[in-house]
Amino acid sequence: MTLADLLRFSLKGLTGHGLRTALSLLGVVIGVAAVLILTALGEGARRYVIDQFASLGTNLLIVVPGKTETTGTVGAGGVPNDLTLQDAEALVRAIPEIQRVAPLTMGTEQVAFGERRRQVAILGTTYDYMLARQIEVARGSFLPDEEMHRGSPVAVVGPKLAREVFAGEDPVGQIVRVGGWRMRVVGVLAWQGVKMGVDFDDLAMVPVSTAMQIFNRTSLFRILIQSSSHADIDMLRDKSRRLLTERHGEEDITVISQDALLTTFSGILGALTLALGAIAAISLTVAGIGIMNVMLVSVSERTREVGLLKALGVGRRQILSVFLTEAALLSTFGGLIGLVVGWLAIGALVRIYPAFPAAAPNWAVAAALAVAIAVGVTFGLLPARRASRLDPVVALAGR
Amino acid sequence: MIKLSEISRTFQVGDEPVHALVDINEEIRQGEHVAIMGPSGSGKSTLLNILGCLDKPSTGSYHLDDREVAELDEAALTMVRRHQIGFVFQFFHLVHRLSAAENVELPMIFAGQPRAERRGRVAKALDAVGLSHRADHLPDQLSGGERQRVALARATVMEPEILLADEPTGNLDSASGRVVLDLLDRMNDEGLTLIVVTHDPKVAHRADRILVLVDGRIERRVAGDQISEILAMLADEDET
Repeated sequence: MTLADLLRFSLKGLTGHGLRTALSLLGVVIGVAAVLILTALGEGARRYVIDQFASLGTNLLIVVPGKTETTGTVGAGGVPNDLTLQDAEALVRAIPEIQRVAPLTMGTEQVAFGERRRQVAILGTTYDYMLARQIEVARGSFLPDEEMHRGSPVAVVGPKLAREVFAGEDPVGQIVRVGGWRMRVVGVLAWQGVKMGVDFDDLAMVPVSTAMQIFNRTSLFRILIQSSSHADIDMLRDKSRRLLTERHGEEDITVISQDALLTTFSGILGALTLALGAIAAISLTVAGIGIMNVMLVSVSERTREVGLLKALGVGRRQILSVFLTEAALLSTFGGLIGLVVGWLAIGALVRIYPAFPAAAPNWAVAAALAVAIAVGVTFGLLPARRASRLDPVVALAGR
Repeated sequence: MIKLSEISRTFQVGDEPVHALVDINEEIRQGEHVAIMGPSGSGKSTLLNILGCLDKPSTGSYHLDDREVAELDEAALTMVRRHQIGFVFQFFHLVHRLSAAENVELPMIFAGQPRAERRGRVAKALDAVGLSHRADHLPDQLSGGERQRVALARATVMEPEILLADEPTGNLDSASGRVVLDLLDRMNDEGLTLIVVTHDPKVAHRADRILVLVDGRIERRVAGDQISEILAMLADEDET
C-alpha cells in the first residue's frame, strides 16, 4: 500500500464524520493557538521591557544610596551616608572616562499658574540628564547647561502638565509657582509617556539645586553616570564605587549597570514565556485526549469495517497505520489551522496595541506544531492498536 | 482444493465449553459448488469462518492447496485471505463513505496494486456484475441487490480461488436474489470454488452438493438436485 493511498483512505475516514472530526480538530486548534498567543504575550513583554531600557539611554550606570548586601551584625550597617551634589561633582572631576554625570532628586509639589494648580512629580536634575536619557523637548529649551550647584529659577514642564495648567496659553516664558517658589518656564517636553514608572508627560523638571531648595533636602535620589563606550562600563563602575567609598569612609552605595538590569529582566521574562508556553501545552495534551476519544469512538463505530478489512486480506499493521494516520492527520491539520488562528490573533493584538510588540518566538511555533502531532500520534496509538487486534469474526458480527 | 480432517471448534462460553464443530471431514475440489445448510446454531457460519481463515479450528487439520492452514502465522493468513479467498456477506458490508467503485477497489489498495491497474480491474469487475453505470454511487444510493452485486465484484476483483457466501440472498427480494445467484453460478462455471451457507432451498438446490450440519456434525451429504430428501429433516430440526 502506497503512502498516497494510505493518506487518501484515512482522509476519507475523517471526512466521513465531519462534525466529529471538526470538533476534535477544534481542540488541537485551540491548543496550538493558545501556545502561540501566550508565548507571544510573554515575548512581547520581554521586548517591551528591552525597548523601555533602550529608550532610557545606553551605557548607563546608576548610583543608588545604600548597600544591597546582607550584613552579619544587626545594626552595624547603620544609616548610609547621603549621596550629595559634591559626590556628583567629585565623580566628574576625578574620573576622566566619564562622559557625563546627571544628579537626580525627586519629590512631589504643587505647580500653580494663576488659579490653576496641579500636584505633580518634580524632578531635579541637570542639562546632562536630557542627553543621557534621550529626552526630547517639544518647545523652548531644556534646563540650562550650568554648574550643578547653581540653581536657576527655571522649569521645564511635561506636555500634559502644560495642557492642564496653562489651558491653551503658551507656557514658555510664563512664571509658575512650584510650591512657594517662582519659576520661569523655559521649555515643554515632547509626549513620551511612562518610562520606568515615571510619567514624563505630567511632571516638572527644575535644576537639581533648585529642587533641593524646594524640598529642603541635601541628599540626592540617584546619580546617573554615562560612559562614552560600552567597554568602559565595568571599569567605570569599579572606579566610581571606589571613589564614593573613599569619600564616605565606607561602602554605602550601590552602582548598578543598566545592562545587568536588562539581562536580569530579559532572563525573568524569558522564563515567563517558557512557563506560559508550558501552560498552553497542557491544553494540547487535553486536545490529545480529545483525539483519543474520537478515535476510540471511531474504532468502535467502524468495528464492522475493520472486520471487513480483515476478511479482505488487510494486515494488522495496515489497519494500525490507517487509524494512526487518521490521528496524525487530525493533529497535523489542527496544528496548522491553530498556527493560522494564533497568528491572526497576534496580528489583531498588535494592531490594537501597537506599543506592545507581541510576536510568537520561532521555537514556540515549531514546538507547538511538533507537540500537537506527537500528541495526536501518541494518543492515536491506543485506539489504533485496539482496531488492529480485533477478532475478525467478532468484528464482522459488529459485536 | 480444500481438505478438512477431523476439524473441531470449541468455544468457551462462561464455564461451559460449546462444541460448534465436531469431527468435520470433508474434501471440496477446485471449481465445486457446495451449499451448507442446517438449523440456526448448527455451526454453518463457524465452518465458513474456518474455511475463510477468519477463525482457526481448535483441533484437526485444514489443508488448502497442500498447505496446512493451522501452521500459518497471522501475516500468512492475511495473504491467504487477500489472494485466495473472497467473501460475500448477508449484510453486504460495504463501506458507506466510499462509492461503489471505491468499495471494489479496496482490496487492491491494501494489496498495493498500482493505481492505473486498479482502475481497469474495477471497471472490469463492475462490468461483470452489470453495474458499470452505478460506479460513482454511494451504497446508500443503491438497491439491496445492487449492493450485493458491488460486494460480489469486490470479493472477486482479486481473482480468488474460493468464494465464500454467507446467506448472500438473505436480505434480498426474490428477483434481485435471483440475479445475484445467477452471477454466482456464472462465476462458478468459470472455475471459482463456491461455498454458500444458506437456509433457502432455492439457493441450495443450485449446488453440486449439499452438506447438512446438525449440532456441529455433518449429518447428511446429498446432491443439489436431491434437496427434497432433506427438506423434511430440516423442517423437523427447525421446529425443535
